[in-house]
Amino acid sequence: MTEKTQLATKQETDIKSVSRQNEPSIRPAVDIFEDESGITLHADMPGISRDRLSVKVEGDTLTIEGDAEIPVPEGMEPLYADVRATHYQRSFTLSNEMDTDKVEASLNQGVLTLRIPKREEHKPRKIEVKVG
Amino acid sequence: MFGTTALFDELQRIQREMESVFGSTPWANGIRSSSTGFPPVNVGTTAEEVDVYFFAPGVNPDSWDISIQNNVLSVAGERRVIREEGASYYRKERFDGEFRRTFSLPDDIDPEKVDANYKDGVLHVRLQRKESSKPRQITVN
Repeated sequence: MTEKTQLATKQETDIKSVSRQNEPSIRPAVDIFEDESGITLHADMPGISRDRLSVKVEGDTLTIEGDAEIPVPEGMEPLYADVRATHYQRSFTLSNEMDTDKVEASLNQGVLTLRIPKREEHKPRKIEVKVG
Repeated sequence: MFGTTALFDELQRIQREMESVFGSTPWANGIRSSSTGFPPVNVGTTAEEVDVYFFAPGVNPDSWDISIQNNVLSVAGERRVIREEGASYYRKERFDGEFRRTFSLPDDIDPEKVDANYKDGVLHVRLQRKESSKPRQITVN
């Protein structure tokens, strides 16, 4: 497996945009794996619908972000909360062999799936050995 | 309707204050609750109902098992993360497997009037209070 395709998380301080600095945000749990043709990322983002999700690539940084929408009856008083924020954000650094123009994203019951293919020239090729 | 941020911020503030006084969270964990902590849960109340939110994305909808017995709400389900063979994993943070969480309910919950809705990975269980315990306006004759 290639070493340089590691998706390294950036420090929290690097990724927070100015306007969000004081707002608590949830770092979604992720699974990331690589196969021959690219990298797949699954992220847990419960409460996120498609129109409230943002996936963007700026330079070599991939950022997933969104605001959860939870229907709450009027006048509800909180009694207990494991989840204390509704904003999700997490960033990853990509290497240049990833084809960021062809990132595919899908969302199913709060699970975001991203598929980031490798550029053609970086896909492993089988070299035929001629016996002659 | 969607003022959740403010709602839970306020709770966070209260909890922080409680923590500073008591040293840790004052809420006792249910003795039957599992230790995994999945899924995270929020609970809120109004005069009419108790609302429990399970932040459980990617759960097989057929696996939800929600029951109430002796005023204990039990919610179980299963989330199977499909692992790709032959792939090299860099991160495996997501919960994989079966889970169960249980809660003691207030005495005035009507076990016949409970509904649950699973949307965008959040299970919302609404438990209505008994008619007799809802606030009533008493008119003076």
